[in-house]
This record gives sequence, C-alpha cells and structure tokens, in this order.
Amino acid sequence: MTNAPTPSLAAAKQESSGALGFYGVWLLAAAALVVLPLVFSSGGSLTSFSLIGIAIIFALSYNILLGQTGLLSFGHAVQYGLGGFLAVHVMNAAASHNWPIPLPVIPLVGGIGGMAFALLVGWVMTKRAGTVFAMISLGIGELVASSSLILRSVFGGESGITTDRTSLMPLFGWTFGPQIQVYYLIAFWVLVSAIAMYALTRTPLGRICNAVRDNPERVEFIGYDPHVVRYLAYMFAGFFAGIAGGLTAINFEIANSAYLGAMQSGFVLFSTFIGGTAYFFGPILGAILVTYLQLGLTSVTSVWQLYFGVIFIGIVMFAPGGIAGILMKHRPLIRAGTLGTVIPSYLVAAIPTLAFALGIILTIETVARFSGGDPINLLGIPFVATAPTTWAAAAVLVVGGFLVARITWRRVADAWDRAATVARDRGYLA
Amino acid sequence: MAELIVISTLNGVLFGMLLFLLSSGLTVIFSMMGVLNFAHASFYMLGAFFGYQLTRWIGFWPALVIAPLLVGVVGMGVERYGLRNTHKHGHVAELLLTFGLAFAIEEIVSMIWGKSPVDYRVPAVLDFPAFTVFSTNYPAYKIFMLVVSVVIFIALLVTLKRTRVGLIVQAALTHPSMVGHLGHNVGRVFMLVFGVGSALAGLAGVIAGPSLVTQSDMAAYLGPILFVVIVFGGLGSLPGAFIASLLIGLIQTFAVALNGSLASVFGPLDPSLGPSPLTDIWNVTIAQIAPILPYLLLVLVLIFRPMGLLGTRES
Repeated sequence: MTNAPTPSLAAAKQESSGALGFYGVWLLAAAALVVLPLVFSSGGSLTSFSLIGIAIIFALSYNILLGQTGLLSFGHAVQYGLGGFLAVHVMNAAASHNWPIPLPVIPLVGGIGGMAFALLVGWVMTKRAGTVFAMISLGIGELVASSSLILRSVFGGESGITTDRTSLMPLFGWTFGPQIQVYYLIAFWVLVSAIAMYALTRTPLGRICNAVRDNPERVEFIGYDPHVVRYLAYMFAGFFAGIAGGLTAINFEIANSAYLGAMQSGFVLFSTFIGGTAYFFGPILGAILVTYLQLGLTSVTSVWQLYFGVIFIGIVMFAPGGIAGILMKHRPLIRAGTLGTVIPSYLVAAIPTLAFALGIILTIETVARFSGGDPINLLGIPFVATAPTTWAAAAVLVVGGFLVARITWRRVADAWDRAATVARDRGYLA
Repeated sequence: MAELIVISTLNGVLFGMLLFLLSSGLTVIFSMMGVLNFAHASFYMLGAFFGYQLTRWIGFWPALVIAPLLVGVVGMGVERYGLRNTHKHGHVAELLLTFGLAFAIEEIVSMIWGKSPVDYRVPAVLDFPAFTVFSTNYPAYKIFMLVVSVVIFIALLVTLKRTRVGLIVQAALTHPSMVGHLGHNVGRVFMLVFGVGSALAGLAGVIAGPSLVTQSDMAAYLGPILFVVIVFGGLGSLPGAFIASLLIGLIQTFAVALNGSLASVFGPLDPSLGPSPLTDIWNVTIAQIAPILPYLLLVLVLIFRPMGLLGTRES
C-alpha cells in the first residue's frame, strides 16, 4: 500500500490529463474520418463508411432519449424518415426554383423537419415516461408509417420520392456526384453532430435529463417539470434523427415509407442497446457493429436478421450495459493494474463460449438450409444440413459448450472478485 | 345495408373475442409482472403455425389441444429462463427482452415455414355454411371460433371469480407486492400466469389460423393492435380489455366493409387542383384508413383519458 498513490492523488492526476485526452479524442476522430477513405478507397467500403456514419448520428440521437432521459421509444424512425422526406422535397424545390441552397445545409433541413414533428407530437407523448411512452411512440410510429402510404402526393406511395443531389448549387466546385464527396459531407455532419450531442450532455439540460431518468419525483421537488425536460430531450433527439434522415436522403437520393417503419425503429434500438446506453460512445460502437454486420452478414447467410435478434437477446440478458458497459467495467482494473488476474480466466472461458456460439450458428444454419441451399461453411469446415453428423455436431457444441462455459464463467467471476478487491484496496473502485 | 350491418357485427364480435383471448393474457401478465409482453402476438403466431403443422401430422382436433399446450410451455420457459433472470435489470430490460424475442420468433418462423402464407385449411367437418342471412352464407367455422372464444371467456371468468387461483391473480392485479408479502410463491404464480396467457394466445392462433392468413408477419400486424386494446381499455383492467377488444374488433370490421370517401359524399374535387394532400385525403376510402383507426384511437385516448376506459393506474 505504501507505493500506491492515494485516491485523491490519482483523481487529480486524472483531471489534468483529462483535458488533453478530451480534445485529443475528438481530434483523433476527425483525423480518422479524413484518413479512412484514403486507406480503404474501394467503392464498397466508401458506401459502408457512409452508411455507418449515418447510423452513428441516428443511434446517438436515439441515446438522447434512451440513455440520457430514460425514454424507451419504439418509433424513433418517424423523425428520421420525416427529416429525410423534408430534405428530399427541399432538394427538389431548390433544384426546380434555382434556390441558392448548397447541398451541405440540406441535413439541417432534415433536422428541422424531425424537430418540427417532435415539437408537434412531443408534448402529448412525453407526458409520462416508461411503458406509456413506449406504447404511444409505437402507436405514433405505426400511425405515421401507415398514413405515409395514404398521403401519396407527399410520400410517393410505395415507390417513394426520388431526387438528384447534383442538381443543387455546387459548393467550392464540389457537385457531390461522386461517393467520396458524399462521404466527406457525411463525415463532416457526423463530427459536428457528435460534438453537439456530447456538448448537450454537459449542459444543465443534459444533466437534468439524467436526473429525470433516475428520479423524476425529486426533479419536481427541486423545481423542474420533468414533462418539459422530456419534451426538450425529445425535440433534440428528433432534430439529430432528422439530420441522419436528411443524410440518408442525400446518400440514396430517395426517400420512401420504409424509412419511417418499425424495422428502422427496431434497428436503431438494437444498435444503441448493443453498443451500450450508459456511455456516450456506446451507441457509436453499436452503430458501427450493427451496420457492419448488416452489410457483411447478408452475403453470408439468409437469416442474418435472426442473428441480430439473438445477439440482442444475449446482450439484454447477460450484459445490459452493452459493449461499452463491458469495456468500461475493466477501467478500474486497468488503473489498479490488476487486469492480469482476470485475463487467464477469460482465455479459458473463451474456448467453450466460442464452441457454444459456433453450435448455435450451426443449429440456425442447419434449420435454415434443411430444405435446400448451399452447404454450411463454418470456419472452413463444410457441413451438410441434412446429415445426422451435422445435427450431432451442433448438439455436442451447444450442450457441451454451454455446460463447460458455465463452469469457466464461474471461474471468471471468482477472478473478478479477487481483482476487484485489490482494485478497491488501491482506491480505484468504489 | 341491413345485410352489411348483420354480417359486420358478427365478424366484428368474432374478431373482438379473438382479440380478447390475446388481450386478457397480456393484461394479466402486465398487471402482475409489470412487463409489457411484446412477444404476446408472437405466441399467437406460434400457435397458428404449430396448429398448422400438427394438423398436417395428426389432424385438427388433437392440434387444437396440443398446440396451445406447446405454446404455453414455450411461454413458461421464456418466463423461467428469460424474464426471471432479466428482472434484476429493471422493466426496460424485460420489455427489451420480449421485443428481441418477438423479433427472433418472427425470423425463426419465416426461416422454418417461409415468408409466404401456409396452406392452413378449415377442417372438413366444419367446412360448410352454417346459415344464410340475406343471401350471404355464413361459414360454420366462424361460428365454431365464436363458440370456442366464448367458452374460454366464460371459463376464464369462472376461474378468476370463483377459484382460489383466480383470487390470487385478482389480488395480484391490484396489489402485486402484497400478494408476495402474504407468502405466495410469486415466482411460480408468475410462471403459471405467463404460461396460461401464452397458451390462450396460442389457442387464438390455432383457431384463427385457418380463417385469417397464417403468415410470418401476422404477429407484427396484430401486436401493435393488441397494445392499442390494452391501453384503450385501461392497463390492468380485464373488463376494460374486454370492452376495448369488442369495440376495436367492431370498428376494424365495419371500417373495412365501408367503401365511402369524402369524394363519394361531397362529390369529386375540381381536377384543376392537381395532386395534393387534400386530394389524397378527399379520395381515400374508409376501408383504406381501417389500419390507421386503432392508432388514431390510441393517440386520442392517451390525450384525453390517459388511464384508458376503465383503468385506474396511470402507468
């Protein structure tokens, strides 16, 4: 204990390096966004980066509701989609009337669209939090999605409304025809929106949002109206979702009713929750992972959506903090230097857990391809879906993997306890 | 017109009774456990598909009994191994778990049975017109559906009002924690209630499958309507759920049957106006807005009477 720094010293040290780390992270993110397309310059990866960027803004905007204010929404795609539609309409109007609106401000139009809708319905929706809010958001989502098919002149029916992003006023010689220019436009908005949303969490409003999430009754006692706070949070979330929608409209040059639908709302919930709602960077991780999987899995398996469901259920049941929560749990151990205690147990637990996961994958693919389809290729080993050996292998992997994994995870928990006790002694863990 | 009213009333009551088979379980589960079960409509879908598969293997009548039991077992498994472990993470986590389950069940069903409707037919014994009203043949199978749902309704009523189990469930509706304090095995009660609720949803699926379309998106279609029913009736109120089920069943059925639009009442708009939201609204028929009506109702209820028709709790 003598050579270990005292808690207060450690905290002070952390404080001074905090400012540098804080700006460093944003500069690093900006540099990464600039450099990425230079490293991976193929058309496919540019498209992926663009989609991931949009997904990041969308997921971060969702986290203003779920993570910061504790509002579980099942209809967040409404603001996203309406922002996209408004962006498309403004783009078409600007092109036909020769308005001097450059393309880079169009996402702002989308944001205003999302915010306007939130302004309109938000007051009624945010009267109560919890289950009632979840249900009314679902109802509004369904209402808008079904109405969009009736108001054909605004939403273009099933086919949607197309636009041409190059028809707007060029800016500094950029026409935004090539995907690389669109990528940089999206990257710019990702950075601006992320900084703005992070700044929002540091404002008094952001702080009172957290208070409303944790204990609305006490917020009322100190003189704030939780309803107003939720309403404001809902509007900000709608604004940034609208920006994401506007960017999508620019990226695909179309807006259709699928943007507003339950599927889109479900995916943003998946991304945000899988990434982790308790930390600002959680939804970013989730958006990257979910979009990447979405793009990557579609070519590998026909039932890729089922894997999302399974991953989501797994996260909800075993790691409700999401990926960010898992990562941040290790921070005190790293600071205390006791991470080494748990790593061996992780390595041991990884093997049966992997076997269990492979067994689940093999089972799903066997069922999916039972009545025809390509043979299953699992880590280079071919499996035939109709062969009993495949079924046996799947059963052994699932059952054996599960039983062994359960034992090894208990050992992980023991190692954790030891590491945490030491970390607590050194003052890094409350 | 009289024909339309009679037939639509019959169909509406039938749809309403089906909705009640689902919403009763959902309401009881919500009141007792505080969990809004997103996967409830998925259990209904599982019932329909199990019913279809078992009908092909062993015939309709055994399937009518076995399929709901299977769904009930699935439901109990979900409660015992899913929800009970998630409970410590709070209600949002539980809600999200059922949301993920609903998503996964839809994917599993479409993986096994495909995305297109399956050929789930009315059993030959019941495939005849029961009676004729104003030249319309009313199928006997629909009467059978009505009888089954009414029998279940009465059985449910008797169980809740006249038995000890019903007493505990009723007590848990209004004072969930007090029931636990009185020494009942709350875990087991939850599991049983969840199982029975799922089985009822499964039964609704088995009997509705041949009459409606048995398809992998049937849960996604019915689920939101179910939420409308229980919010509209008042969260935690069984009589409220009953009234709301019938009301929404009737509204939906009548709306689909009506073909009027503003244009047919007031005459077409001046064509020189061109396409605009106004012309869209002017020309849309009541049948076309039928899918929206429940959600409009939901929004109106939440604005003007947030506790629902007969609800007492606000959340």
